[in-house]
Formats: sequence, C-alpha cells, structure tokens
Amino acid sequence: MLKINNLHASIDNKSILKGLNLEVKAGEVHAIMGPNGAGKSTLANIIAGKDGYEVTEGNIELNGEDLSELAPEERAHNGVFLSFQYPVEIPGVSETNFIKTAINETRKAKGLEDMPAKEMLKMIREKSELLEIDRKFLSRSLNEGFSGGEKKRNEVFQMAMLEPKLAILDETDSGLDIDALRIVANGVNKLKSKDNAVIVITHYQRLLEYIVPDFVHVLYDGRIVKTGDASLALELEAKGYDWIKKELV
Amino acid sequence: MHACHSCVGRNLIDVKDTLKRFRIKCGMTKVRMELKEKIVSSYVAFENDIDINSEIHDIRTEALQNFEKLGFPTKKLEAWKYTSLNSVLKNDFSIFPNKENSIQFADVKKYFIHDIDTYKVVFIDGKYSSFLSDVTHDGKDICLMSSALSKSKYKAVIENYFNKIAKQDNLTSLNTAFANEGAYICIPKNIEVEKTIQIINFTTGNDIATMIQPRNLIVVEENAHVQIIERHQSLTENAVLTYVVTEVFAARNATIDYYKIQNDKDNSSLVDNTYIEQKTNSEVSVHTFSFGGNITRNNLNFYQRGEHINSILKGITIIEGKQHVDHHTLVHHIEPNCESHQDYKGIFDERSTGVFNGKIVVEKEAQKTNAYQQNNNVLVSDKSTINAKPQLEIFADDVKCSHGCTIGQLDSDALFYMQQRGIPKKEGKALLMYAFANTVLESVKIPEVKSRITKLIATKLGVNIGFDL
Repeated sequence: MLKINNLHASIDNKSILKGLNLEVKAGEVHAIMGPNGAGKSTLANIIAGKDGYEVTEGNIELNGEDLSELAPEERAHNGVFLSFQYPVEIPGVSETNFIKTAINETRKAKGLEDMPAKEMLKMIREKSELLEIDRKFLSRSLNEGFSGGEKKRNEVFQMAMLEPKLAILDETDSGLDIDALRIVANGVNKLKSKDNAVIVITHYQRLLEYIVPDFVHVLYDGRIVKTGDASLALELEAKGYDWIKKELV
Repeated sequence: MHACHSCVGRNLIDVKDTLKRFRIKCGMTKVRMELKEKIVSSYVAFENDIDINSEIHDIRTEALQNFEKLGFPTKKLEAWKYTSLNSVLKNDFSIFPNKENSIQFADVKKYFIHDIDTYKVVFIDGKYSSFLSDVTHDGKDICLMSSALSKSKYKAVIENYFNKIAKQDNLTSLNTAFANEGAYICIPKNIEVEKTIQIINFTTGNDIATMIQPRNLIVVEENAHVQIIERHQSLTENAVLTYVVTEVFAARNATIDYYKIQNDKDNSSLVDNTYIEQKTNSEVSVHTFSFGGNITRNNLNFYQRGEHINSILKGITIIEGKQHVDHHTLVHHIEPNCESHQDYKGIFDERSTGVFNGKIVVEKEAQKTNAYQQNNNVLVSDKSTINAKPQLEIFADDVKCSHGCTIGQLDSDALFYMQQRGIPKKEGKALLMYAFANTVLESVKIPEVKSRITKLIATKLGVNIGFDL
C-alpha cells in the first residue's frame, strides 16, 4: 500500500529525513517510535503533503501512485488520513458541517453524489457511539474549547467517518487518560480491516498494548535504524533509546 | 565643467517631472470643477420640475450654496484621507436622466428578496417605478419622498424631520440640494409592520454615466417596529455614482432592523450617508453587506437622544480586484445608560482596499455607557490593504468602552487541517472566511436575508458549498 523509498527531506535547509525506507501492506499495523527530534512528525506531515518541507531525494508511493505531485486534499481523497498531534481549533465551523463537507468533497472527487442526509446522520450516530462521543459536541465549533483528550477522540471519530485506507496516528495517545486511551484504541481496532493499514507514531509502549503492531520501527536521526515485532516496543520501554544509539556507533 | 553640466541636466529633468505632476493635479482639479459647475448650473433645470415656493426649497438652495463652497471631497480632508473619488468624478455624468426607463420584473427578480411577501419602493434611474413597487397608505405610509415633500398631509412630519439630522458636509449638501425622490416611510405608534420593506434603486445604464441622489426619510413612532432592506443595483457595466442620504428616526421603544445589500457591478460607486436618531428604549440595528461595486463609502451615524438605547452596527465586507470599501461610523452617546455594539469583518483579496474608521463619542452626561467596537480584517493577498482607525472620545468617567482591531491572514494550519480531511484549498478558504464573518450574520433577523447573504458569500468566494447545516 505505502512504499517509501530512500526519502530525504529538509525544512528551511535543515536536513530531517536522511534516507528513510518503509513499506506498509494492507491489513498491517506499524508502530514508529523514536526519541524527540528523530523526524517522526515530519514523516507524517510529508506523507500528508504539508507545505514547507522539501523532498530532496527519494519518493512516496501509495498503491503504486507517486504522491509527490498531489495536493493534501488529493492525498486525502486517495485514502490518506492523518490524526494530528495538535488538532487545530476552527471557530465558527461546526464539527458536523466540517465532516459533512469533508465527506462530500471526497465523494465529489470520486465522481459520486453527495451522501444523503439521512445516511450521513445514521453514520454520525453510529461512529459517535463507537467512540463514546457526546453528540452535543458535534454541533459545537471544531475542536474549540475541547480538552486534549476530546480533541484526540474527535480525530479518531473523523477517521471513522472518512474510512481511510492509510491512517497515520501522530501521538494520538498524548493527552489521553487511561479510559480515553482504551476508547480510542478500541475505535481504531474496530476500524482495522484487511484492506486498510495503520501507522502509529508514539513515544510510549502504552498505546501499543491496545493497538498491537505487526511491526515496530525505531526512527533515529532521519532513518529507520531498527525494525522488530511488538516485543521491540517493550524492550525500548525497558531500556530507552540509548542502547540503539550505541549499537549504531 | 562637465560635472556642472550634468548637474544642470538633472535639475531640468526634475523640473519637467514636477511640471508633469502639476499638470496631472490640475487636470484632476479641472475634472472636479467641471462636474461641480455642471451640477450647479443644472439646478435651474431641476427647479422647473418642483415647487420652488416651498420651505423645502429654501433648504435645498442653502444646501446648494454649501456644496458650491465645499465642492467634492478630496483626500486632503481627514475623513477622506484613504478614499479618493477622482476616478469616479472624471466620468461624463448625465445628471438628471429624464427618460422613463422600464425594466421587466423577470430581469431583476434576483435582486429582490423575492421568497417573502414585502412592500417595495422601487426606482429606475432615480424615477419611481409604480410597476415594480408595492407601496401602502393603509395605517402607515410606505411611499414616495416626492409626494411627502409636496402634499400638505405630510407637511408636519416633513417639518419635524426632513434634513434635521443630516450633516452639512459636501455630499450630503449636494444630495439635499437636489432632494426630491426616494422612499418615505412613516410608521405610527404601536404598529408592527408585518412585511419587510425593500427599497431598491436600479440604474439601467442607458446613459454612459449616471448620477443619482436618492433621499430617504424613515420615521418610526413610539413602540412601532419595521424591517428594511436597501439595495442599489446597476444593470449594466456603465458608470454609476449614487450618493444617497437616509434619515432615520426611532421614537421611544421603537425597533428598526435595517439591512444594506451592496453587491453592485464593478463600475458603480456608492456614497451612503445614513443618519439615525434614537429616543429612549429604542433599538436600531444596521447590517451592511459590501461585496460589490467600485468605490463604496458608508457614512453611518447614530445619535442617541434618550436612555436605555441600543445601537447595533454590523458589516461584512468581502472584496477583490480593485474594489474599495470604506466604513465610517459614528456613535454619539449623549445620554446615560445606553449601549452600542459594532462588529465589522473585512476580507480583502487581490488589490482591493478597505477603510474602517469607527468613532465613538461619549459625552460627559452619558454615564454608564457600554460601547463595544470590533473590527477584524483578513488580507488574503499581500497586495490588499486595510486602513483601520478606531477613534474613541470619552468625556464621562463611569463607562465601559472596548475596541479591538485585528488585521491578519487566514490560518495556514487550519487550512492544511481541512485539506487533510479532503476539503480542497479553495473550499477550505471559503469555509474559514465564512466562519470568520459569521458573527455578523448571527444577528440577522430575517431568515431569507440570511440565506441570501450566505449564497452571495458562496458566489463571491467561488464555491458551491452549504455553509450552515
């Protein structure tokens, strides 16, 4: 599904990614861990197509299509979803109107008619129940005045509504208490299928107890330096990152 | 020797340059003079059609003298520092289009709020169109200024209210000098007008350049309530200059909701002078939606003569190209315990320019005043400009006055967030702009006006999305 080949990227002439390779197949869950500043969020932003990053070498393919020339919304239409580390507050735009516009613009890009209002409402009801979201939130302005945990839960709600092929969860666990973490993870697990894939970016092993990865990668200094199974996350939790740094020297 | 030559040469060039600039300046002054003289000399012709023995005519003649003295406003005047009418005044205006022009309702239906039943006072090239209008004398007067100024049954109202609060400045004086036609609305005590009133001035563009000067008078007596929509609409790309004067009086407990829809063609300019006097416990709101036109200048003045008065001034400006919209507001708090709320939102794209000059005066006697002013602007393009100037003159010591003014860009993080969810950049921008302006729409009391404005905004932003769910 996702194939990243020898990706080099910089921001303001500062090199962040230095030859990153990653392949994610449908049905898989990948975790990317690593110390601060390793380039985890940069990777997520570049896949989503955020402005300001310069890809100097290598490429990203989604289902065989090179993403580099696509606008962020086109990538979204192709099934890329990024759960933001810091979801943006947008005063004056209600959650419901936002998600409705997002779904219908995605359908429009695929040559489909708008989703009938009845179907939309049913879907909103189902997905908000799945994520235990109080529906009065949905008529409020997007993320405005939401707590950190509410924002993250809302991200996963939007993911559930948009049904992406590739979901990237950028530190979705930060700011969540243990109950919220379980609800969010439960939501992600229910959305998982053999046709989609999930990349979980996290500092801690905690989330991976709930969303069990097939692969764990360690991102360090712009490259993936180690790959293992779920047990690697436990090892990192116990030993920190220093031993990997030492291995590299 | 050589050095000296080059020095002389450069001086010569400077002199030439100065001369050229001087000529351009003279040229502009000449244009103003010509138009001014043309207007002043047409007064005799104007007098042919009206009763020159009335007291009203004395007011007109005095106003003409005033305009003759003042001339058109120039950028030298503080109030016109950022708005130049030069490009408009150079047109060869026909001052009194006297042809009777007619238009088919089907051709102009879209300019009406046509999905509700309304009273209509409609003018074509400054002349009343009985065909497009729907006026009444049934328990209230919703009719024509020309009859009010000439018929004896309106004499008392005219004497009490006509030209009583309009300023004696240049363009208001010019309007007063030629005041003859416009809407006359008089709502007696305790009457709640069940239908909205639409005042629409169409210009047909049958002349190369048309100048019109509507004069409206609106008197709402005690405990009465009325809703009004005003629109100026050109039907062709020919140049139009409208300078309209509207005097509004709200007696005790009266309520007036006034909506101005400004979405004219690119070559039409508007100077709107609205003067509003309020008495105790009255509430008057004016919403101004400025999306079109060439140069639009809104002079909106509120005078609070009573206690517990509420004045609401709101506006959304969305312009692009070389459009220019200037909001000059004045709220004069004269007596204690009154409120005023101002909220103006501006979105400026391409080379468009905006001005907001909001003046609040709180007199010494006006204790416990609560005056609020907010002006927020988004510059979409780095070539667009906004000149914003809040002006507070407070002489009382126990008041709450706040003002805030911001100038910014669209939030790029919010835009990326929307794009990431599949909303294209253009639609995302439109949603952000709509959300930004929405605080002004929230207080619109006529649902059909709200949905029309929402549609106009979508059209203006070039998107086809429903903003409200």
